[in-house]
Amino acid sequence: MMTANHDPLLTGLGALSTDAPAGLLDRVAARWVRVPGPIGELTVAFTDHGIAYVRMTEEDAEDFAGSFRKRFARPLLPADRPPAGLLPALRSGKPGRLRFDLRGLTGFQQDVLHAAQAIPKGQVRPYAWIARQIGRPKAVRAVGSALANNPVPLLIPCHRVTRSDGVVGDYVFGSATKETLLRAEDVDLDEVRALARRHVFYLGSDTTGVVCFPTCHNARRITLEHRHGFRSLTEAAAAGYRPCQTCRPDMVLTA
Amino acid sequence: MSINVDECNQCSVAGVDTGMREINSRAGALPPDAVDPVVRALGDDLDAGFAELFGTYKGLVFTAALRLCGRWADAEDYTAEAFLRAYRALCDYDPERIAALRPRAWLMTILMNVWRNSRRTAARKPPPEPLDKAPDPVDPRESVEAAAVRHETGGELARLLSRLPEDQRTAVVLRHVVDLPIAEIATVLGVPEGTVKSHISRGLHRLRALTTAPTTPHATPSTNPLTTSKSTSHSTSQGGAR
Repeated sequence: MMTANHDPLLTGLGALSTDAPAGLLDRVAARWVRVPGPIGELTVAFTDHGIAYVRMTEEDAEDFAGSFRKRFARPLLPADRPPAGLLPALRSGKPGRLRFDLRGLTGFQQDVLHAAQAIPKGQVRPYAWIARQIGRPKAVRAVGSALANNPVPLLIPCHRVTRSDGVVGDYVFGSATKETLLRAEDVDLDEVRALARRHVFYLGSDTTGVVCFPTCHNARRITLEHRHGFRSLTEAAAAGYRPCQTCRPDMVLTA
Repeated sequence: MSINVDECNQCSVAGVDTGMREINSRAGALPPDAVDPVVRALGDDLDAGFAELFGTYKGLVFTAALRLCGRWADAEDYTAEAFLRAYRALCDYDPERIAALRPRAWLMTILMNVWRNSRRTAARKPPPEPLDKAPDPVDPRESVEAAAVRHETGGELARLLSRLPEDQRTAVVLRHVVDLPIAEIATVLGVPEGTVKSHISRGLHRLRALTTAPTTPHATPSTNPLTTSKSTSHSTSQGGAR
């Protein structure tokens, strides 16, 4: 009778055990890290797919782990260092090639965030512009909700989406923070509001015949004597102006 | 040659590779009434405890997944999925339930469910390549030597394992590769211990037949047409299987 001790089959089977490959934990768990941000310290969670969650440390210090768990249901462990590209992205206000983990969001929410990502630093766009951009022109309110639900504020600049009357609108970290952020990015909110009071939502240049959003860098270069304000694109088109190729105001039909 | 199940039950650990025993020792060597440190860590802090749980059982879960499904990449998927499900379940458990947890059997049960579910999903899709034709993709983190060793020790026998019926393969893998006690396997699979034992016994019997296949007519299933009576004693010649 063969004993199990010397049974080559059992030995062979036992030798089939392997250890798990390195890095498998990062497919399961997210990591968190604290980094300096433009409006104070941020707590950032990221996975192997990219940045997943950004909150202000002082607002959310206690409950970051709790709210992360509720939202993502993934283990959260401390990270040794911030993921590549995060610090430059926060310093410059441009995401660069930073990746985001938006797996928990619906397709609509992802579309909204991708559209918001295209807004350059120092400029603002109306909610309706995002709605047009993603091919859902009537879903303006839903765009607002999707932006309010943005898990990665600052990195995906939902603060650059404002109401067209110059009121900044709601924000994950509060309207006041949104205004501070925009002013820090050199958005002239006072001028936008002054124009909006006169029902001017687009600015055109009579030398180029191009009409822009007031915060577009092309609009800001127009000297006062060549600058013309319009209430709507229809009005601008009637006056012979074409929409700017940079800020694409034609994505909004009327203000 | 038949196998005495009780016998391999008690002493098979002696023949098992040491790497696995290290992984097992933390959970296995505890006195029955002591609190498992992993369970205690889970009770203290779910996330830190989860890291402990993962560190302790990842090898076990991954090995089981790899030997059940036979492909490295799939095994990674199943392992990651099983641990994520485990965490999500833990989020909803109250402290008493966590304290009463037996992590090893619990994780294995989750893995078996993940595996079964994915097979059911896969059954509704066009069939993939046969198990033994699909090569393991190269794992970039593994050195060439380590990969070579793994393929040398695992390759042939792992292929033969994949030819066992599912019940038998599961039981044999859990018993002799992952080294779980019979009672735990019975819990994991939700069948009586006697059934587990007979699955293991039949599985081993069949494996032996396969390892010695063309040259030992008595050990091969009667359906095998290659019945040339030669050496019946060569139960160790693994190379002659195919």
